[in-house]
Amino acid sequence: MPEPNHPEPAEYAALLSGVTREYVLKGETVRALRGIDLKVPRGDFVAIMGASGSGKSTLLNLLGCLDRPTAGTILLGNDDVTRLDDAALSEIRGSRIGFVFQSYNLIQQLTVIENIEVPLFYQKNVTSKSRKRCIELAKMVGLGDRLSHRPTQLSGGQQQRVAIARSLVNDPYFILADEPTGNLDSVTTLEILDLLDRLNSEGRTIILVTHEDEVGARSRRIVRLRDGQVESDKRLAEIPDLPDPPKPASRA
Amino acid sequence: MLWLRTLILGIKSLLLHPLRSLLTVLGIFIGVASVIWLLAIGEGISRKAQEQIESLGADNIIVRTIKPPNEVLSQGNQGGRGMQVPEYGLTREDFARLSETIPTVVQAIPVREVRETFQNASRKVDGRLVGCTSDYIEITKQQLFEGRFLDEMDDSKLRDFCVLASKTAEILFPYEDPIGRLVRIGENYNFTVIGVMQSRAPSAAAGGSLDSQDFSYDIYIPINTFRARIGDTVVRRLSGSFEGQTVQLNQITLKVDSVENVTETAEIIKLDLAAHHKYEDYGITVPLELLEQAKTTRLMFNIFMGLMAGISLVVGGIGIMNIMLATVTERTREIGIRRALGARQGDIIRQFLIETIVLSIVGGGLGILVGLTCGPATTFAMLLLKTFKPDVVASLPAIIQEMKPIIVYWSIPLAFCISLVIGVVFGLYPAVRAASMDPIEALRHE
Repeated sequence: MPEPNHPEPAEYAALLSGVTREYVLKGETVRALRGIDLKVPRGDFVAIMGASGSGKSTLLNLLGCLDRPTAGTILLGNDDVTRLDDAALSEIRGSRIGFVFQSYNLIQQLTVIENIEVPLFYQKNVTSKSRKRCIELAKMVGLGDRLSHRPTQLSGGQQQRVAIARSLVNDPYFILADEPTGNLDSVTTLEILDLLDRLNSEGRTIILVTHEDEVGARSRRIVRLRDGQVESDKRLAEIPDLPDPPKPASRA
Repeated sequence: MLWLRTLILGIKSLLLHPLRSLLTVLGIFIGVASVIWLLAIGEGISRKAQEQIESLGADNIIVRTIKPPNEVLSQGNQGGRGMQVPEYGLTREDFARLSETIPTVVQAIPVREVRETFQNASRKVDGRLVGCTSDYIEITKQQLFEGRFLDEMDDSKLRDFCVLASKTAEILFPYEDPIGRLVRIGENYNFTVIGVMQSRAPSAAAGGSLDSQDFSYDIYIPINTFRARIGDTVVRRLSGSFEGQTVQLNQITLKVDSVENVTETAEIIKLDLAAHHKYEDYGITVPLELLEQAKTTRLMFNIFMGLMAGISLVVGGIGIMNIMLATVTERTREIGIRRALGARQGDIIRQFLIETIVLSIVGGGLGILVGLTCGPATTFAMLLLKTFKPDVVASLPAIIQEMKPIIVYWSIPLAFCISLVIGVVFGLYPAVRAASMDPIEALRHE
């Protein structure tokens, strides 16, 4: 995505090579990831699937800059995040990654619009211009009339829409969605998947972790993990040629 | 901007649990209010004590006769007849010597006192008969209510004139003007009333006696008249035996030319009296020294009070820390979300620290407001106590009964700063604990 501070858009939203992650648990070394190579081009919609214990969550934490690999390198866009310290990782999370969680994870004491604003707050980027952008995003996910509601006043589907709007506010390299439909009924699941489809067709990169085949089937590519390794990498649909993704009002 | 938004956020979070926040604030509130109250009460008591001492006069030195123990007295009066009246105390010779040989003494006033019964027809009052000179009224800082005080002519002509203290006048002449009336003093003498004094608060104890001096039941007569009518020897009949003593002067008040010379002059007086008296039948009170002692006592008192209030503040701080630790645990999920959305550890510390600071400042502010009501509240409490438990009030020392709390001006910023410091100190650990949580763990927290 063209950005003043990222003049050359990277070819890949995420690029992992030889990534391993080991934990020491009660004196025993657990090898959660054993050498993952993964390239996620811009505009892709990847579903990461696998049984529990396959390393899905570990991979998600690494992609989300919540954790660091034991070995290997991780490039997100133009940033090498392999060896960054906690403060620098926080900076990347806040500025270049859009999180969507299974349990929505909105902050209870804040309104819809304030929740969307949170990442900007930590980027010290809250202005009247950014407030306008947050309102646009809320409208885009269909919550233009709920701006001052609190999370408890919204349904699950609505909360997840707020979370998606929030994930877009910092113009991220990719949306990282962890079982985004896990807590939703089938109708709402479809709505959320449609929304993700739409965002992807507008040029946004999406990495989605799921164990549901129907959800995985909506993506362009399914990466299956097993015992910490990539078991299969199957492309379902080509990435549309979209050289100029729509620019939602540039980040202040 | 960032701080302002964090502040608003903090207030919002605190308002999610209003009762809990209120109870948390209570500890600091009580602590701060008690700092201000205790310091104000301490100040009130010590100011009162200081006033009493000051009423003795900082440039005065007071020498009083003290009755020595009986065994010392009998040693001194060996070989007398069967019944010997002990003789002790300050003498007219002492008075003449002290007032004339010490250059820094500008004024000296002799006083002779004895307990007597005063009578007007059937009305009786026991009080202090004081023989004094015209300067007495000035040096004891008293004021006339009506008539005039004794003058030098009264003294030199040995007139039988007297001046009544306020209570004496009230009791002996409840309905009539006492001026020009006669008062019977003891059993033999009638004195004409020429003046009445205004009532005056008791002053600090002087000359080694523990009681404060009460002037309310006095009658003043010229000192030479005292000597002529009553004499130096007073004998009292006590259930079959006699007890008597011969005392020339009970007190000599010496006024020094300047406050700087007081300590030195007191030393000279001490040496002089020690050289002329066989045993220590006198006591020297230097109000200036008392004043300095009182200042030390006041400092000790303030430190003690401050310590007590400090303890309640620390307890309040621990209360805040306790609640904040619980809050951090309760909001682990929120911390995880914020960390995932880009909050640095410093941002989390700031957020929780601001919450505790808001709590402690609100507590401190309320404490200051209530602390300022100290004066009226004490008056009210005294009033309640007087209404329902008058005997308890009567048993309290006068200094406490009449005490008015004085708010110490520096206790307010002090209390405020302490509450701020407590907010930071006791908020830091929970905040750091919140910030150091692993974001992955925090996100998983239910």
